[in-house]
Formats: sequence, C-alpha cells, structure tokens
Amino acid sequence: MTDNYVGKRVKRTEDPRLIRGLAHYVDDIALPGTLHVAFVRSYYAHAKINSIDTEAARSAPGVVAVYTGQDVSGKIGPVPCAGALPDLKVPDHRVLATNKVYFVGHPVAAVVAKDRYAARDAVDLIMVDYEELPVVTDVEEAAAGGPVIHDAFSDNIAYRLTSGEGDIDAAFAAADRTVKQRVLHRRLAPIAMEPRGVLARYFPGEEELTLWSSTQIPHLMRTQVALMIGIPENKLRVITPEVGGGFGSKLNVYAEEALLGWISMQLGKPVKWIETRRENIQATIHGRGQVGDIEIAFKNDGTLTGLRYSVFADLGAYHQLLTPAIPTLTGLMLSGAYKIPAIQMNITACFTNKMATDAYRGAGRPEATYIVERGLDLVAAELGVDPAEVRRKNFPQPDEFPFHTATGLDYDSGDYETALNKAQEIAGYQQLREEQKKGREEGRLIGIGVSTYVEICALGPSQAMPAGGWESATVRIEPTGKVTILTGASPHGQGQETSFAQIAADELGVNINDVTVIHGDTGIVQYGIGTFGSRATAVGGTAVFIAIQKLKEKAHKIATHMLEADASRVSFEGGKYSFEKAAAAAAAGTSDPVVPVGEAPAGALPEPQTDGKSSLTLQDIALAAHVAKNLPPDTEPGLSATYFFEPKNFTFPFGTHIAVVEVDRETGDIKWLRYVAVDDCGKVINPMLVDGQVHGGIVQSIGQAMYEEVVYDEQGQLLTGTLMDYAVPRASHIPNFELDRTETPSPVNPLGVKGVGEAGTIGATPAIVGAIVDALAPFGVQHLDMPIKPENVWQIINRG
Amino acid sequence: MKKAINLSVNGVSHTDEVEPRMLLVHYLRDVLELTGTHVGCETSLCGACTVMLDGQAVKSCTVFAVQADGATVTTIEGFAKNGELHPVQEGFWEKHGLQCGYCTPGMIVTAAQLLDRNPDPSREEICHGLEGNLCRCTGYQHIIEAVQYAAKKAV
Repeated sequence: MTDNYVGKRVKRTEDPRLIRGLAHYVDDIALPGTLHVAFVRSYYAHAKINSIDTEAARSAPGVVAVYTGQDVSGKIGPVPCAGALPDLKVPDHRVLATNKVYFVGHPVAAVVAKDRYAARDAVDLIMVDYEELPVVTDVEEAAAGGPVIHDAFSDNIAYRLTSGEGDIDAAFAAADRTVKQRVLHRRLAPIAMEPRGVLARYFPGEEELTLWSSTQIPHLMRTQVALMIGIPENKLRVITPEVGGGFGSKLNVYAEEALLGWISMQLGKPVKWIETRRENIQATIHGRGQVGDIEIAFKNDGTLTGLRYSVFADLGAYHQLLTPAIPTLTGLMLSGAYKIPAIQMNITACFTNKMATDAYRGAGRPEATYIVERGLDLVAAELGVDPAEVRRKNFPQPDEFPFHTATGLDYDSGDYETALNKAQEIAGYQQLREEQKKGREEGRLIGIGVSTYVEICALGPSQAMPAGGWESATVRIEPTGKVTILTGASPHGQGQETSFAQIAADELGVNINDVTVIHGDTGIVQYGIGTFGSRATAVGGTAVFIAIQKLKEKAHKIATHMLEADASRVSFEGGKYSFEKAAAAAAAGTSDPVVPVGEAPAGALPEPQTDGKSSLTLQDIALAAHVAKNLPPDTEPGLSATYFFEPKNFTFPFGTHIAVVEVDRETGDIKWLRYVAVDDCGKVINPMLVDGQVHGGIVQSIGQAMYEEVVYDEQGQLLTGTLMDYAVPRASHIPNFELDRTETPSPVNPLGVKGVGEAGTIGATPAIVGAIVDALAPFGVQHLDMPIKPENVWQIINRG
Repeated sequence: MKKAINLSVNGVSHTDEVEPRMLLVHYLRDVLELTGTHVGCETSLCGACTVMLDGQAVKSCTVFAVQADGATVTTIEGFAKNGELHPVQEGFWEKHGLQCGYCTPGMIVTAAQLLDRNPDPSREEICHGLEGNLCRCTGYQHIIEAVQYAAKKAV
C-alpha cells in the first residue's frame, strides 16, 4: 500500500478527451443507416384523444414509420415505478398516450424518418383531434377533490402516509412555545446540460439489442426495458457513453428508452432520438413540488421537543421510477442535525396534470433540511436569540453517535459543533453581526443566514432500497500488469474514473496511469446499481477497495509459492511482494511477528529460490497467474476478484453553511457578500473533486433560492419551457466560495467516506433564504418562499 | 434546393452541398463528424455549441451552414496544436473546470475569446464574459479559476 494518491488533488484522467472535444455522448455516436425519431407531444394538459390522423406524415418525404399509442398497445409494457408504499395508486403508464393525455409534453406519436429534419417536419403533419378536459394543477385542489385525472381511481390522492416516532401530541401539549409556517418547495427542472438521448440498434441475426442511453442506471434500465419490450435480459446490452450530467433526472426509465429499442427491433435499423431542451423541460422529471406546514414545539430555553410536517406532494400525472418515494425521503430527514424527541410527518401525495416529479439532486432531503432550518430560524426569532445558538443547543454530541432519530434512522458519526465553530471562525461571525448592526443603522440591509445540515448518503442498505442498495466491483490485473476496474456505479461527471483509480493505485502500489476504470456497459461490467444518492464512492468505491483486498490475498498466495517462502514471511509494499523485507523486519523486531510459533527464527531460514529473485512485482505475479505453469495447488488461474458490497447503514455527512448578502433598497437586487461552507463528508479521496461537487451543489441551491421555478398556468400550460424562461444560474450570479472541511470518518465502510454529491443542494438553500430574510428583518419579514426575486424584495421594501 | 458552401474548419478546407436550413452545428457534427461541439438548447441560451467563426465566438445552433460559406471556423477539435493543449484547455484540466464535460467545449471557446480581448481580466470581467454559457455541474468557481490560470500562463 502507498499513499501517493488518496487524499490528493489528482487531476482527472477523464479530462483530456473532454477538453479536446474527443469524448462521445450518445448523439456523437453515428451508425450507418441510422433513422431519427421525433415525438408528437400533447399541447393540452388534460384531453381525450378522439382521433390521430397520421396519413400525411406517413407519406411525407423521408418518413419511414409512424407509431401511435394504439400501434404499440399490448406490445410494450408500462413505464415502471419502483416505489412500493401501502395502498399506492399506480396509474397505467403507457409509453405513448392511448385514449387520453395527462400533461403538456405527454408523448402521443413517434415519427421515424431518415434524418432529424424530416422527422421534425413530419411531426407537424400529424393531426390529433383532442377534446379538452378539466385540468387540475394545484396540488391542494387535487387533494380536495378537483377534476379526477385517472379514470381508474375515484380521486387524485396517490397515497397518504404518516410516519415518525415519539408522542407528538404530548410534545405540542407540553411545549412552552410553538412556531408554525407554510413553506413552498417549487417545482424545479434538473437541466442536465446534455438532454436525454437514446440510440438503439437491433442485430436481427444475433437477436440482440444494444441501447446507448444517457442514463445514470444502465443495469437497472436493462432489466426494466427487457421486461417492457419482452426481449430476454441477456440479449439486451445497455451502454452509457459519456453522460452530460444527470442530477437524478437520468435515474429513471423513460418511455422513450423502451420505445426506441422496440422500434429498432421492428425496423431492423439503428434509431436515434435526442431530446430537445423544450422536451427536456416538458417531459424529463421535475424535482421538489411540495407545499407543507411545519410546526415546531420547543421550550423557553430553546430545547426542541417536537416537529410536525404536513405536506401535499405534487407527483404530476404519472409515477416515474421513484416518484412516490421522494416525499418519504423528506420524512426520513426531518430530525435534521438535532435532538428532537417526537417527529411526525403526514404526506398527502397527489396526481396533477403536470410532468412527474422524481429525484432531483437531493431528492426529498433538501425539502427536509430546508423546512427544519427555516423552522430553527423561526424558533430563534421567537426567542430573540442568534440562529446559530439555537442550533448549537440542540446538536447531538459526538459521543452520542450512533444517534437514533425519531424518524427511525441511526446517524453513523458526527461532530456538528466543530463544523459550526469552524464556519463561524472563517466567516468572522461575531464581526459580521456587528457589521450588520452598524450597517442597519446606516440604512444598509445586510443579512446573514446559517444552515447546519445533515444529509443521508451512500444509498443504501438493500433493505431500505427498492431494487438493491449494494454496489459491485471487479478488479483485474492483466497479464501485462495493467489494472482494470469494472464498477457497477455509472458516473456522469463525478470523476470516478479518477477517484476509483486513486484508491486502486494506492492499494496496489502501482502508477495511477496503469489503472483503467470501466463503467456503464452491461456487456462488460457485472450487474451494478448506479450513481445517485451520493453513493458511488461510499458504496462503489468500497466495493473496489474490498475487491482489491480479495485479489491481494490471491496474489500473496501465488507470491509465497513462487518465492518458496512461508506465507507469513512475504510482505507487500510499493507494488512488490518481497521475502527479504519481511525477514529483515522480523529479524530487527520492527514488524508484527512473522515467525509462527514453533518454527526457527527468521534469520535461520534458507533464502527463497525464485530464479534468484527475492521479490516479485504484481506484474510478475499477474503474468504467472495467467500463464499458469507454476501456481500453488488448488489455485485458479487468472488474477481478478469481484466483490458486491452491501452497506450496513447509510452515511450521514453534515456541515455548516453561512451566507451573507446585501439587499439593494432601490432595486431589490440581492448582492453576494460572502459564502462560507464547512462540509464534512468523511474521508476525502480527492479534495479537488469534493470542492467541485460542493460548488456545483451550492449553485443549484442558488438557482432554487433565487431564480428557478417550473411554472404551469391554470390550464396546465408550461410557461417556462425554454432556458429563456427557466432561469439557470450563470457565472455572474455566484459568490466567491470560501470552502473548508472537517473530517469525521464514517464507520459504515472501511474507506471512512460518506458522500458529497448532494451536500450543496441540501445545505445551502436555507442559508441563502435565511440570509435574505435576515436582511429584510427590519421590515418584519420572517419567511419568504423561494425563488426570492428582486421584485419580491422590492415590494417588501416599498409596501409601506 | 441544396447550396454549395466552401469553408475552412480547423485549417482544413471543405466543400459541401447543404440544405439552406441546415444549422452550422449540424454541419459540423453530422457532415464533418466534429462532434466536440454540442447542442444544449437549440435557442442560443446555453452556449454548448459555441465555435469561432471568423474570429468571433458564435453559437452555431443559430447560424445556418450557408452563412458560414467562405468563413474560417475553429471548433474545440482545433484548439490543441501539435499535441499541445491550448492554455485554456490546460487551465480547465488543472483547475477541475469541468465535470460532465458537456458545456466544456463551448466554455473553452468562449473563454479563449474572452482572453483574446482582455488578456488580464478581473474575476468580474471573467464572469461577465462567460454569461452566455451555462454549466450545471461546476458552479463556475473552478471555471473562473481555469480562465485565471490560462491568463497567467499566457502572460
């Protein structure tokens, strides 16, 4: 083992191809004879389809085929939903609409043509006769009995669920004080820069189908698509080439993925569909979409005694893969970073005439953190104390871990106060408060927001997951000594080709350039789960680590045999198995005892006979393992090991974010003054990648807090269908980040890592909103709903 | 009715017959197979398709191929010379200015133009110069540092 790579800012091995424009995303793969698919999508939010006239399209130049819902009826199974909840209503979700459309963007027909221009032209030639139906877009109206969307059900309520532990009624009855607040979590669009895309190629002779898809979960998609279109799973290969971002939006199985595979099988030709941005905002999953009421019970000294959250979750028209499960994740994290003896969550999850909501970076946890942190700010305001102190008062202490929450979780490890102290120190918190006070006297509106979050990562134990929570790895040393890693995690920008290679290079004592990480190809890689839920390193990286230990056991056995030495006298260091070193160390008494009881001392042993060698490189051993002429008895040839790692618990990263803003009295503009984030994601493999994850997450939070919102009007028309209307943050919208870390290893895995992919989107929004609200405190503001725009701020300042 | 166009792309001269409505980005990607230039929004808002057209960084999803007739185009594939990375490319690698990489070619082209016009930009000037390019992964901080690295390197 060496420590050349882990913990260091190793430059990414992915980058040379990406910065030179030589990488391949789905649309960059060109197969001869490829046909292009374009979709007719509903422009009504709710309507009956009376008829579809495809004749003009079918005879248009370049058009090869047109498929409607009737054409594929009975041939392609429903779009899957993996969320299993008691009494969950699951609508029959077909890949193309059959009798009714349920949201704007609902696919109605697919046109297949010789090029993308011809396909797009033909879409306009398809005449759909719609009969408009009453629309319900407001989740509370849907719950209260508005127009029923699905004929199969008597109402729009997909499920109700109450969860939590502790006597919540007693907690509120006995409380000195309570606070209550309605909180909105608007719908957000994930906006991966690469929209979705599928290329399908059927090989009629081999009866095999290959799907190239921009997905986060190639193996799960393969299983599901095989079931949907009726091809044996072992005849379907899913390849994720370069994936241009996901953020949860590609943690799904979509209608288009199955349909393209099926079309390729019908036509015997490669077919490609690349989502347009408009389609992406209409028909790729949205995130968030909750309206809830938070109530907190507490004592006069600030001790929290109870928390209740009653929420309406806007699921949209159909379930996608994890749609119904997302609000339940909110319920899991309602204890935040605090000791709260009684917690209750009441979910009413409803269908609306909109695109489905599902996992968007954070997936239910940002909602939890946001309401808990906003709630703590309200508690602080009620008591007239500093928001940081209310938080400090309610932290579990480091010796209280594993810490059991009233949401049923056991937090693995944590030291919340140290992270808070460090962030306050970097920010110069007391001085900031003084500057704020002084500024207010001068008429300046400075605000400081604090968030002390905890999140749930490394998803997760299989018991808590719909379809397996483990991850797999194969580590192989090729005959030439090169190291190949196959990981079931399928990264899409996170940089695991580098971070997993760092782990392997150190464990094997080889140069990182001799390690290649292969992922995202079900034809090459053993079954895996995928990259989401901040799990890739903690679960997938651990699988790599343990697979290497298995491999080293075998390599050690071969080395011992080749060196003709006693196993205990062969040691591994710097990529070499050596006899001398172990013997010398033993003679000098500087290592663990290497002489088994009853044997002669090390110095008295004969030298090993290995063609004059006293040490062997991994390469020597790999070659020997493959030529297999001199292996120990009962040893399989080859040098590889596979491990499926099942984590025993989630991991719980945490941290403190402090945002400082100044509001312009004249314009309502919100200006950044500072942003300090101290995150603790356990052991760090590559600090540069961790910083990148944190930056990206915080900026998505800035988007949520200040700019982004998917807006539907009352008729269910999408008003934010382009990037002109849906405001993703740009470079000029960000503060200069001041990042730091504390490092509390996780006991859940041998690497001690926790995960960091979603920390920014979870920890940052309450700090940002808290800062803006704090800036406006002189106007009596205690809460504002996101996104907080200059217009809202200006109205508050000028309302009277 | 197809039209003949002649243009130089990354120093190589090309003559092709294209439909008048073919977008420059589709010409580059589908005809010349230079797939480093990406399409992210089709409406000039994300900048993933940015290329140099006669010395100007333009969004090739809203330029017709016929408009580039007679022009000199540089795409991301033309930035490294003789195996040497362009300073901006080097900056992106050194400073972790990319994650998924999809916006990266457009970002690099835009950043290169920014530095051509202003070799020693302030942080604010860099942010302003990159406003036409969206990145959803990095949060921009490392991109800004990448541009600063390139500026320093070029001095």
